[in-house]
Amino acid sequence: MIETCDQIFVLLLHWLESFLPASWQSVAGTVLCAATIVCLFPALFALAVWLERKGLGRMQNRFGPNRVGPFGLLQPIADGIKSLTKEDIVPFSADAALHFLAPVVLVVTVFMGFAVLPMGRNMVLVEMDAGLLFYFAMGASTELAVFMAGWSSRNKYSLLGAMRAIAQMISYEVVLLLSSVVVVMITGSLSLTKIVEAQNHYTWGFPHWYILTPWGLAGFVMYAIAATAETNRSPFDLPEGESELVAGYHTEYSGFKFALFFLGEYVAMFSISGLGTTLFLGGWSAPFSFLTWIPSWIWFFSKLMLSIFVFIWLRGTLPRLRQDQLMNFAWKFVLPMCLLNLFVAGLWRFMGDGWLRWVVCSAILLLAYASIALGEQRRKHVGPRSYRYAE
Amino acid sequence: MSLVFYLIAALTVAGGLAAMLLKNTVHCALALTVAFAGLALLYLDLDAQFTGFAQILVYVGAVAILVVFAILLTKGSETPKDGVFSKTWLAGLAVAAAVFAVFAWSILQSVSRLPQAAKVPAVTVQQIGVALIGRYVLPLEIVAVLLTVALIGAVIVAMHEKEGGAQ
Amino acid sequence: MTPLAGFLLVAALLFSIGLAGALTRRNAILVLIGIELMLNAANLNLIAFWRYGPHPEALTGMMFAIFSIAVAAAEAAVGLGLVISIHRHTHTTDLDLMNRMKG
Repeated sequence: MIETCDQIFVLLLHWLESFLPASWQSVAGTVLCAATIVCLFPALFALAVWLERKGLGRMQNRFGPNRVGPFGLLQPIADGIKSLTKEDIVPFSADAALHFLAPVVLVVTVFMGFAVLPMGRNMVLVEMDAGLLFYFAMGASTELAVFMAGWSSRNKYSLLGAMRAIAQMISYEVVLLLSSVVVVMITGSLSLTKIVEAQNHYTWGFPHWYILTPWGLAGFVMYAIAATAETNRSPFDLPEGESELVAGYHTEYSGFKFALFFLGEYVAMFSISGLGTTLFLGGWSAPFSFLTWIPSWIWFFSKLMLSIFVFIWLRGTLPRLRQDQLMNFAWKFVLPMCLLNLFVAGLWRFMGDGWLRWVVCSAILLLAYASIALGEQRRKHVGPRSYRYAE
Repeated sequence: MSLVFYLIAALTVAGGLAAMLLKNTVHCALALTVAFAGLALLYLDLDAQFTGFAQILVYVGAVAILVVFAILLTKGSETPKDGVFSKTWLAGLAVAAAVFAVFAWSILQSVSRLPQAAKVPAVTVQQIGVALIGRYVLPLEIVAVLLTVALIGAVIVAMHEKEGGAQ
Repeated sequence: MTPLAGFLLVAALLFSIGLAGALTRRNAILVLIGIELMLNAANLNLIAFWRYGPHPEALTGMMFAIFSIAVAAAEAAVGLGLVISIHRHTHTTDLDLMNRMKG
């Protein structure tokens, strides 16, 4: 009974496939799964939009939208209808072909990342030996869509926003890759299903999730920072900060194309949270051994929604970082910590089981963090404030 | 020679042709990206998955962005006054055509002697990793040094000189 | 025509297109784009011969191609840095105007 609940979608897929001749079964199955993903994640996007507006509202001591439907639950539908019925304005001197293709490329590459995420036991769309590499290849392709959007609008603000966004995404992509490489090093495989299976063991009721190790915790924190920057979320949202650059690289987009950019950003958030849960939070495995009777896909999606809530929480709490502060942070602080984390993970692997490796690894990471952080603070000699008045 | 191969090959060659023939430099860079993506698909057709994904990650994700930034920093997006092809374009085209003729002739001559169909090699990422650290460790370390040197060199070459002498 | 010959012909075609572009275009960056196309065509050759060669389990062709990708990326970075630096000095990227060492 528990098995059936856990594998219900897999069994449903096999039952639907059985209506077709044998040679068409695998293709039809893949198409059906892909169609499910393409329908499911925009629905979750609608939920996330509602959650964000209500959540941000409450954090800012106001109600969110509460007019449309009970608690404003139908607000995303109202937003969708508005986006679809707005006039699609393309600037006269804009590059029409690129202007059209940019949101399409963004959405396509963002959805491709879901092909390798294991959403439950035996629930991966494509089982690839180099799954993590495929995911990062698709992530790298989104930067090109951002450039196309910014350049084709023939607008200085768009171009500036696109350049900033690409510079930020490239810097934090290095951090993202390095903090994931630690997990690959310890697991010994690039395949995401193997990474989840390596975390699916329990000792005294506690799972072997990588976040529960010193290098895993450091890696997860750095991964979360890089994920926030990759998806241009606050506090790294200068490229789309409304008060700075109008709307950054999607200034000149209206109607459905803007909705596609919005969709692309949120689905990218889902995708990168999905990867983060797979790498560090154990994917579809339950947090305690006595909770394994709850289906695996429920755990995956719960962790996903928890990560989205943390993203919204960060947006409501932290102030925006300036572009040079952002880049400084990436190259001078997070990247050296990532490299140190690699070394600490290697030390963890070769020190053998026992309490000593916990103490040594935690000590190295904490000392490094404290020394770099204190060093950065001491270097900033903030003098008394000076004012400039218009004469 | 399946339909898939013909489609991907047509896409790649079309991307390459567009990259060399279009007037707008940024369009050329984006056509080059299409050619890179087509080549990655060809690698996947040849069962070289690691190389295909590495091609997308490195070329589409980094080199294409680099080219586009360079075009924007050198004002390449303005249309040139004297045309886009140099004065000696005919000689260049003739040389390229001669090179292609030699290649095509040698390939078509040796078709009968080339290996036919080979069984699919089962290459895992672990084998690649073991080979990189085992047999190919020296090229790996040299490429690491090369990339560091190239990174530092490119930054120094392209850096703005400070006013009043270089620092 | 065998599959291997098909891949080799595509690689040869891409190489000649890249060569033609590198020899005929005025903009220095487009010459670099042509060079990148040529490098990619050579990579395709390597992978095709790895796949249809006698010992694919030795991974020689694939390793060669991976190192070639890394070296090509480094070379593109340095080449584009040079083009930017020259542009700062001569305010043009037109190769027909840059046919002297003086200045």
